Amino acid sequence: MMSESAGVHAVHGAHVHHEELGFVRTYVFATDHKMIGRQFLFLGLFMLVIGGLLAMLMRWQLGWPETPVPGMGWVPEPYMFEGIVPPQTYNMLFTMHATIMIFFAVMPIMIGCFGNFLIPLMIGARDMAFPVLNMLSFWSGAVGGVVMLAGFFVPGGHAASGWTAYAPLSASAIYTGVDWGQNLWNISLIIVGASSLMGSINYITTIINMRAPGMTWFRLPLVIWSLFVTAILLLLALPVLTAALAMLLADRMLGTHFFLPAGGGEPLLWQHLFWYFGHPEVYVLVLPAMGVTSDVLSTFSRKPIFGYRAMAMSMISIGFLSWIVWGHHMFLSGMNPALGTAFMMSTMVIAVPSAIKTFNWLGTLWGGSIRLTTPMLNGLAFVSIFVIGGLSGVFMASTPVDIFIHDTYFIVAHFHYVVAGIVFGLFAAVYYWFPKMFGRMMNETLGKIHFVLTFIFFNATFFPMHFLGVAGHMRRIWNPLQYEFLQPLQGMNQFISVSAFLLGLSQILFLVNFFWSLFAGKKAEVNPWHANTLEWAAPSPPPHGNWGEHLPVVHHGPYEYSVPGVEEDYLPQTTPHALPVTAGH
Amino acid sequence: MWDMLSWLPENVSTYGGEIDSLFYIIYYITGVAFLLVAFAMIAFVIMFRHREGRRATYLHGNTVIEITWTIVTAVIFVVLAFMSQPLWGRIKQEVPPTDLQVRITAKQFNWEIVYPGPDGKFDTADDLQVDNELHVPVNRAVHVFLASKDVIHSFFLPQLRLKQDAVPGRVIQAWFQATKTGRYEIPCAELCGFGHSGMLGYLTVYSPEEYSKWVKEQWPSR
Repeated sequence: MMSESAGVHAVHGAHVHHEELGFVRTYVFATDHKMIGRQFLFLGLFMLVIGGLLAMLMRWQLGWPETPVPGMGWVPEPYMFEGIVPPQTYNMLFTMHATIMIFFAVMPIMIGCFGNFLIPLMIGARDMAFPVLNMLSFWSGAVGGVVMLAGFFVPGGHAASGWTAYAPLSASAIYTGVDWGQNLWNISLIIVGASSLMGSINYITTIINMRAPGMTWFRLPLVIWSLFVTAILLLLALPVLTAALAMLLADRMLGTHFFLPAGGGEPLLWQHLFWYFGHPEVYVLVLPAMGVTSDVLSTFSRKPIFGYRAMAMSMISIGFLSWIVWGHHMFLSGMNPALGTAFMMSTMVIAVPSAIKTFNWLGTLWGGSIRLTTPMLNGLAFVSIFVIGGLSGVFMASTPVDIFIHDTYFIVAHFHYVVAGIVFGLFAAVYYWFPKMFGRMMNETLGKIHFVLTFIFFNATFFPMHFLGVAGHMRRIWNPLQYEFLQPLQGMNQFISVSAFLLGLSQILFLVNFFWSLFAGKKAEVNPWHANTLEWAAPSPPPHGNWGEHLPVVHHGPYEYSVPGVEEDYLPQTTPHALPVTAGH
Repeated sequence: MWDMLSWLPENVSTYGGEIDSLFYIIYYITGVAFLLVAFAMIAFVIMFRHREGRRATYLHGNTVIEITWTIVTAVIFVVLAFMSQPLWGRIKQEVPPTDLQVRITAKQFNWEIVYPGPDGKFDTADDLQVDNELHVPVNRAVHVFLASKDVIHSFFLPQLRLKQDAVPGRVIQAWFQATKTGRYEIPCAELCGFGHSGMLGYLTVYSPEEYSKWVKEQWPSR
């Protein structure tokens, strides 16, 4: 056996540079972009489960305040008191729910996993530009994850000042009683910041330098465009966050006063630095899901994407504009109200490219031959959820309306429609690329049941939060029953909690489907969806080096579906064919 | 029940009605936009579902349509911004004159409220300091000087559509004018520590007569 496989490599891999790697180099300290992608996927899914469970505890407390959470009596004091969530723990729960979901679930999966897996395969490269840096990126991310989880076990508990960590609350242990929890939170985010930097440099370099022959910029799939813009945003935004985190840590541990007014510091400086990172970060999270959706919608409509250049350009303009809208988080922070007007204007402008993307997705459906596969259903759900999240953002962009809805559940509803809505992009991506990633198909029936339940309970959980917000329900409060004006809303809070539990339970179907398919799913063909992009020209799963002896050669754009004169309804980028001239281009 | 904005708390402030009107305008515009997009998506998915023997249209885009929807969207958003700006200016920048002033200093987890007393000046002997009880007359503008002793808090009057962060190290001026007598809650809207939930004061809005009575009770010598 051994000699046989070695012989095969000798024939195929004359100059592909194959070497037999041991277990550790293959599965642990891997430098292969596909294995690193899978590692990020497993890290992200694990953290997604933890982040979700934290939310379930919060929903119990909000639905049935100060009653014991069933089955949680074993949690020691002071985290819980015979299963009852105390206020300090509640603050820790929402702080860590957001931190884990943003930095350790969505980013590792959408950027770490799909960025790594897709970029070399979709541009026709053998690997990333810097494979060792890539390995370092994953492992520093994993270390960051361990440091973050360690914070749960230190005296004083984990960080409890919100994922936004507004100073001075976050800048001194005297205000929260949290000591090493907040320190570890800072240190962990500095580490994962470095991890993301390494990844983003790699993505940018790879996309610029390693595209296959014929792969021009405007032949790149939109998911690659989205990852390219995302990587640039990360490269420019993360150092700002890292600097702010280092200053905050210095305030906590070295006695500086960057953000502490008692020593001449300025609390608003933290907010400016944080949101200067934080708003581009929102687009870092959502752009890859937009890219995924564009690819999935085109493939399953069997139709070219509508307005390819407008799609790429709108992502680039979102990238630019995302740097000048951060102040809309700070309308009521005490900054000069005239600045509020300026940020309202820029925020209204950034809504335009987002709207263009939505219209182009609809244009892609028009005249298509639509297949409602599981990835397609999730892609369509992402669009509809993003539309609600985008439109609810208009309310906050209007400064006077924001006076009322700022820091209420309206905001919570809005950012879950934008950021938690990314899970539909995430599911679309997993169902779509699973065959390429693991060589097996996921179960379609189970996938569709999972989709329907997730879509219903997602909306049943997050849509009513708009109503709570309109009624004035503040976010980040431990017990709404402490307020007379919120007591009539308790029925709605319980409805949301039940929906959230069902949303959580529905995800078991996904995990079962994922792990069952991993070992027992139907073997995947090379191109099961009849898609055009390059990754579907490589074997499922692709071998080390991806392409055998010769790199693929690209002849046209990625969305040439249903081309007149071509028998099949798809035309892979590697198949040469003269394209007809069409209206509009 | 199903009309989202019917969930708004009763409005009892002068500018609150204008905020609510703007809220309704955006609600209707975004509501129509959502219904159009949702209708189009569902209709397209049904109209253009896969059927044997029918191929998808080979179409890359349409420049005229793309330019049109870009311009229409941009105009709507810019108009919304211009509709919002004057009201924002009236609430945050053009403070109406009044002789009623109060200092509110937030601290973990109370609102410390200082009245200047009959002399109208702060830091004099007739200042009155109480925790969590704000008393004002109806139909008169009140200036609030917000500060904080420790962390950031946010002064929230849901029924008066007023919210303003209180930041340590600075004094921020806000104002409101109540249009209806009654007792209203003053929650803190910015996470301020383990006691954030339940940090609560009360605003009492008096009729002119009741207000005079309250003033006499507090400063009997005058």
